[in-house]
Amino acid sequence: MYIDKDLVAASSTLLVLGILAEGESYGYAILKRVRELSAGRIEWTDGMLYPLLHRLERAGYVSASWATAETGRKRKHYVLTEAGRAVLVERRSQWDVVAEALNEVWRSAQLPRLTEGGLA
Amino acid sequence: MTGVDERLESQIGQWRGYVQRRQAISAADVAEMEDHLREQISELNAAGLAADEAFLVAVKRMGSIDAISREFAREHSERLWKQLVLVPVPGEGRQAPTRELPVVLALAAAAGCAITIAVPAGIDENLFARTVSLFVLPFLAGYFAWKRRLGPRALAALAVPFVLAAVLLVTFPSEHDGATEVLAAIHAPLVGWFAVGFAYAGGEWRSDRRRMDFIRFTGEWVVYLTLIALGGLVLLGLTIGAFDALKLNDADEVVVEWVVRFGPAGAVVIAAWLVEAKQNVVENIAPVLTKVFTPVTIAMLAVLLAGFVAAGDLVEADRQLLILMDVILVVVLGLLLYAISARDPLLPADLFDKLQLVLVGLALVVDVVMLTAMLTRIAEFGLSANKTVALGLNLLLAVNLTWSARLLAGFVVGRGSFHATERWQTRYLPVFGLWAALVLVAVPPLFGFE
Repeated sequence: MYIDKDLVAASSTLLVLGILAEGESYGYAILKRVRELSAGRIEWTDGMLYPLLHRLERAGYVSASWATAETGRKRKHYVLTEAGRAVLVERRSQWDVVAEALNEVWRSAQLPRLTEGGLA
Repeated sequence: MTGVDERLESQIGQWRGYVQRRQAISAADVAEMEDHLREQISELNAAGLAADEAFLVAVKRMGSIDAISREFAREHSERLWKQLVLVPVPGEGRQAPTRELPVVLALAAAAGCAITIAVPAGIDENLFARTVSLFVLPFLAGYFAWKRRLGPRALAALAVPFVLAAVLLVTFPSEHDGATEVLAAIHAPLVGWFAVGFAYAGGEWRSDRRRMDFIRFTGEWVVYLTLIALGGLVLLGLTIGAFDALKLNDADEVVVEWVVRFGPAGAVVIAAWLVEAKQNVVENIAPVLTKVFTPVTIAMLAVLLAGFVAAGDLVEADRQLLILMDVILVVVLGLLLYAISARDPLLPADLFDKLQLVLVGLALVVDVVMLTAMLTRIAEFGLSANKTVALGLNLLLAVNLTWSARLLAGFVVGRGSFHATERWQTRYLPVFGLWAALVLVAVPPLFGFE
């Protein structure tokens, strides 16, 4: 499903950090996990994940190391750092506030919901 | 089956070549994305797609390489340095300023002309020495203002330091050849250089990236200027030699006079243009230069420290020594900045980072020794303009080096990122500019223009 660009930009950092909070991972696996978590409804452009991972690495939220995968190819693995965990916790509380407010307004405004077959 | 594999390999090879041409995407990034592509292909294969189809789908999912390259460029301005301008956004068009060389030559010539007009007009020698940077640097700043298309407000802001410096340098009744005059002459170019930095950053002087770019630019500019100066001197020497052989001694003087007027001023602008235009070439030399000079400088500082111990009393030492040591420390800091700007911040700590830590540590020890000697001198002989400025500079350097050492040590033992070191230096940078401005504005009146 199409998701607005700004919303993707705002949520992708947290999603990636959250996935890395589950444990060490690498690019392809992270994207797979995103699809899994959203039941295939969130589809990022694969390549865009890598600049994002580098940004997080530079900011010190994740650290990266190269290892040899079972296929024999070199693969870059990412781990969440303490700083990353702290940011994730902080941002999560911000996100919760926004999500709660949105839920409230959806309820009180009684907006119709868009489903696969159109308006419900 | 092998035929299919070969085809796929060649397709992946083509894709890799296509991505590698993007300068913002490093070889390691390409390898990372290739691993991704291959895993995607094998999964699609397993799901029943033919190799060709799997390849196409995987490439499509990867997304536009242009867009990815742009993202990488945004993230890694040190790679973007190769291209300087962000990869043009499609639709924005590729408006490379083709008039650049004529503009550069005109500005270089204008700087030379300004000097040529001022000198025969009988400008006072000392006044000229104080203000010489103002004959050259505004043209350099003008080049960047033109190239970065500064808006009217930024242009006005850019003019302020030059105008202010000119007014102060001309109106201050400093004693001829006095200490405050020399100090003003030293600090005016520094203030001007920071103004150039403002223009270089296209007005975005708050951005850490732009500041780091400017540090990088400064290092490369020094390299180019040195090369041009060396070449120029050789040519000048040969010309003079030839004229001497022809017994044309008057022609000698004329040639030298004109070269001195136009040569250095032009070289300042041309070197800047070369840095802008030829970044690829220098990029390969910057890490090499820092790797050569860091160990050499460490050796020099160690020898100096041994010399201090052997000499014993530094308070009685020639005041020339204190000034010389200040210069050495500034050079060391310059080397450190240059090394930081040439380093890929994402690489893990290696031997060279340890060497750098040693360098910073030694510089700090030298700085503390100097500070002690200086304070003792001041306690004995009182403050003077020279001592105040030297003391202030030493304190600024001590603060910078102490914190640099802390951050570098953290990085070497794996507790911090190199990014922290980078950020510390880019944040600290304006302090030096403000200090130079302060010396220029406040020190001469404070010490009675003596």
